[in-house]
Amino acid sequence: MTGRARVFASDINTDYIIASRRKRESLDPQVLRRYLFEELDPDFAASIEPGDLLVAGKNFGCGSAMEVAVTAVAGAGIPAVLAPSFARTYYRNAVNNGLLPVVCDTRAIHEGDRLTVLRDQGLAVRNETTGEAIAAAALPKIMWEIIEAGGLVPYFRRHGDFRV
Amino acid sequence: MAGKTISEKILSAKSGEDARAGDVVVCRVDCALGTDGSAPMAIDYFEAMGGERIRDPRQIVFALDHYAPAPSRNTAALHQRMREFAALHGVALFEVGEGIGHQLIVESGRAVPGSLVVGADSHAVTYGALNAFATGIGSSDLAAIMIGGRIWLRVPESIKITLTGRLPAGVYPKDAALSLAGRLGSDGATYQALEFGGPGLPGLDLEDRLVLSNFAVEMGAKNGIFPADEGTFAYLHGRTATPFAPVTPDADARYSREISLELDALAPQVALPHRVDRVTTLADAAGTPVQMVYLGTCTGGRVRDFHQARDVLKAGGGIARGVQLVVTPASRAVLETLTRDGTLADFIALGAVIGTPGCGSCCGTCGAIPGDGVNVISTANRNFKGRMGNGQAAIYLASPASCAAAAVRGAIADPREVVP
Ligand code: SF4
Repeated sequence: MTGRARVFASDINTDYIIASRRKRESLDPQVLRRYLFEELDPDFAASIEPGDLLVAGKNFGCGSAMEVAVTAVAGAGIPAVLAPSFARTYYRNAVNNGLLPVVCDTRAIHEGDRLTVLRDQGLAVRNETTGEAIAAAALPKIMWEIIEAGGLVPYFRRHGDFRV
Repeated sequence: MAGKTISEKILSAKSGEDARAGDVVVCRVDCALGTDGSAPMAIDYFEAMGGERIRDPRQIVFALDHYAPAPSRNTAALHQRMREFAALHGVALFEVGEGIGHQLIVESGRAVPGSLVVGADSHAVTYGALNAFATGIGSSDLAAIMIGGRIWLRVPESIKITLTGRLPAGVYPKDAALSLAGRLGSDGATYQALEFGGPGLPGLDLEDRLVLSNFAVEMGAKNGIFPADEGTFAYLHGRTATPFAPVTPDADARYSREISLELDALAPQVALPHRVDRVTTLADAAGTPVQMVYLGTCTGGRVRDFHQARDVLKAGGGIARGVQLVVTPASRAVLETLTRDGTLADFIALGAVIGTPGCGSCCGTCGAIPGDGVNVISTANRNFKGRMGNGQAAIYLASPASCAAAAVRGAIADPREVVP
């Protein structure tokens, strides 16, 4: 997949991704996507193009485990999030919803860079704007299977349970 | 082969595999909690996955706590949906006013030593105090558990935290938790378990340990687990009929890091806005004016927390002018105890606002919301911008006694100075 980098800082918590009070009124990703990151940048949500890639510093998605912080991102047509580390609940919610979490060094990525995420064997990222290649951590087998299926919903529809 | 940590042992038992840090295993879950913040979505996932019946309804618990009582038509509809689903499938449901799901899991004896208890809410880590492997999960995970009874988990590396000494007077488990969060940072334990131990353990009883386990997630940890001892068994006595076996770490277990926490060397702490790990000693922030004081949450809403706060308030001569004190018990059982022993009457006489047992003002979804420019000091575990429903307020986190001292002075103050 190739997309435009949308860059955020470190320690972005789930309340910054989508405010708790928003999910009180709706759980629909197509509604919630309009409020993505509103606390940090009120204009951000309107500027998202499908295929954009979120890029952040360490500890992305810390704070509450609320899954709408993933589904609102996926619902906006963002297929992957790149960060050197994720909060564990965000990471597992991403996997379970088919949003690819890419653990890699993001320091040399700038707002608007064109990035390609290669998913052949393991994971790698290429910054098309700078020509730089960035190594990414591989995903364990069961996580791959869930992401490849498109998330836990299609996975369970197909298999009825974990295949272990 | 090296020995195992508590976490590795529990996840080995629950997966039937030789689970080691870094492995991803599929585990059988003993109990799973869904709240009104997560269960409605889990029901959507359940239906989307083609779920028809719940594999073992006794495994699942719902709690109406985050929007209690429902502050809007939409949240009332979420509650209705949960009630109907729970009735249809025979799932236990804690009603509005019964309290915070995490507190109720603990009070009802659903987390026992050696068990795997998960919750679709990040503070499910709280039950680690009971020697359970306890961690926060997502709504989709909860749906998968409803259908198949299992969850995939990465086995965490463990950080060993050795507690020594005893907390001095005026210093509380919350201060220990804040100090640890300050030292480790909000991502200092990401993907890892905190495993508590050491000679300081007997000085902390089960309710003290709940505070430390609750805070594990503020350092990014997957769980914060204690060994079981007499205090654990005493707490569980009469609460559960489930047989359990305490799990201890092997002497040669492997830890990613070892930290020692000297309880006797601690002074009152405070987390400054808007980060849980911006921790300093309370003395550094002394004099900062506050207009709202919040006593409650799954960190600081138990009986002893209110006793400690009440004692400081009474000794200090009451609430300062211009300060709103909001009291929200973690559960109805807590409220009942406070009613019986006169603490509630004390708070009312002092001018406190009493909220429905539940999450209350903690995350801005119901309860009192601070105004623009207001400084709040709270017994909660999070102080992100906007956390209490207003991004223009600033939240400080401290122990119940320190919060009460601030209510007395109208400014952040050391409780040891208010109660000499
Ligand atoms: S009291 Fe606060 S931290 Fe605890 S479960 Fe409720 S909202 Fe979350």
